[in-house]
Amino acid sequence: MSALLSVKDLRAYYGPVQALHGLDFALQQGSLTALLGANGAGKTTTLRAICAMVRATGAISFDGTPLAGRATENIVRLGIAHVPQGRGTFATMSVAENLQLGAISRGDNKIGADIERMYGHFPVLKERHRQQAGTLSGGEQQMLAVARALMLRPRLLLLDEPSFGLAPLVVRELFGILGKINRDDNVTILVVEQNAELALALADQAYVIETGRIVMAGPAAEIAANQDVRKSYLGY
Amino acid sequence: MELLGNQILAGVATGAIYACMALAVVMIFQAIDQLNFAQGEMAMLSTFVGWQLMQWGVPYWGAFALTLLLSFAGGVAIERLLFKPLADAPILTHVAGFIALLAILNSVAGQTWDFTIKQFPTPFGWSPFLGSKLISTHQAGMIGVTLVLLALLYGFFQFTRIGLAMRAAASMPESARLVGINTSWMVALGWGMASAIGAIAGMLIAPVVFLEPNMMGGVLIYGFAAAVLGGLSSPLGAVVGGFLVGVFENLAGTYIPGVGNELKLPIALALIVTVLVLRPHGLFGRAVVKRV
Repeated sequence: MSALLSVKDLRAYYGPVQALHGLDFALQQGSLTALLGANGAGKTTTLRAICAMVRATGAISFDGTPLAGRATENIVRLGIAHVPQGRGTFATMSVAENLQLGAISRGDNKIGADIERMYGHFPVLKERHRQQAGTLSGGEQQMLAVARALMLRPRLLLLDEPSFGLAPLVVRELFGILGKINRDDNVTILVVEQNAELALALADQAYVIETGRIVMAGPAAEIAANQDVRKSYLGY
Repeated sequence: MELLGNQILAGVATGAIYACMALAVVMIFQAIDQLNFAQGEMAMLSTFVGWQLMQWGVPYWGAFALTLLLSFAGGVAIERLLFKPLADAPILTHVAGFIALLAILNSVAGQTWDFTIKQFPTPFGWSPFLGSKLISTHQAGMIGVTLVLLALLYGFFQFTRIGLAMRAAASMPESARLVGINTSWMVALGWGMASAIGAIAGMLIAPVVFLEPNMMGGVLIYGFAAAVLGGLSSPLGAVVGGFLVGVFENLAGTYIPGVGNELKLPIALALIVTVLVLRPHGLFGRAVVKRV
């Protein structure tokens, strides 16, 4: 297996404040990796740095292509879909339009078929396809955000706290679908989560970060089994 | 009764022009959340370009089409050169930029073509429309062109991918970039379209108010009034607002004693203030439904 995304010495800044202090990590092709840590550890910043949405230095390469100097939209067009914190759905537009927007950078003619495929994954979106996205429930909006990201036909999917604000049952359903997409469609996934227990059950690799540094890396099962790590960094 | 019908129809005709200006204003407001005070002068300059082309012997519709293309390119150029560098600047910087642009375009037009009024031709003529005394063929033409324009814009924004991308970029720029939309060029495209729409308004109203560098001043204020009335976030609202303002202005001028032609403009300003106080998002602008 080769690394699809490799990140070296990633440092990020909000104005004069440094939020990441030199992260190194790699995502294997086809892997499902969890990025864990407490509030303010730099999880969201890491995702935003990959997509050039925050000022950052370091070397990030995607399938051998260096991302330095590329604008967000051009990074996305390489096949990196990002579901941001707060979901980022187009609230005033319909569900169907949101899905079309997910595929807006594609030039092929399979978009309609892909929308149907998303309705297969998330039947509730089909029921509500004409409804304004802003009127969906939190769980439905999260599903729409994931479906919209998948409409890009991404090779890498970045998810920022997909479980946030959702009922446990909805979270389980969503994570089930994510696992299926990872296995069946060969989409590499990097998921940021505060809910460590849940994320470790889903992921095969995990990184734990604290105040902008990686403090722990390894197979998810090992990290989940390590009591000290759980107590000191993951809080359960 | 005939006077009333006449005034309403004449109001609808000038309202069509206000609707176009309001559309142009809304187009740029959607893209950058700013009111373009130079929209009127841009339209005026476009009209002069059309006039110059006709002086050089280009037939009306050829000059019309060419003017739209040049205005589109000019609008894009203004955004790239002047307002793209200001993208992150505070509102006041933008306002200063708009006013500078207004003054520059006005002087350039005056310098190039001088300030004497000029006749601008109409392709529709001035005969009675369908034999009625209520409205002339030129006025009917103004209404017709505006309705066609509105239909084309509606189709563009609802049914084309680029229209969808423009709407997305305007409503949520960060999310738009995350689906791969180049939002910066969407803004430039909005400027180009606003400029071309303004050119249509200018060329339609010029036969009525005559061509000179200050011809769009009053028209733009009515355009602002229309956009505010309809809701700055709604292109449809802008058009409906345009027609309403046109009719309202004419009826007030005719029937309210003491208003007449001289006090019509303050009515537009009073309308802006009234709408902003009573219903800030306008008739059609929507307050977005949000649930978390």
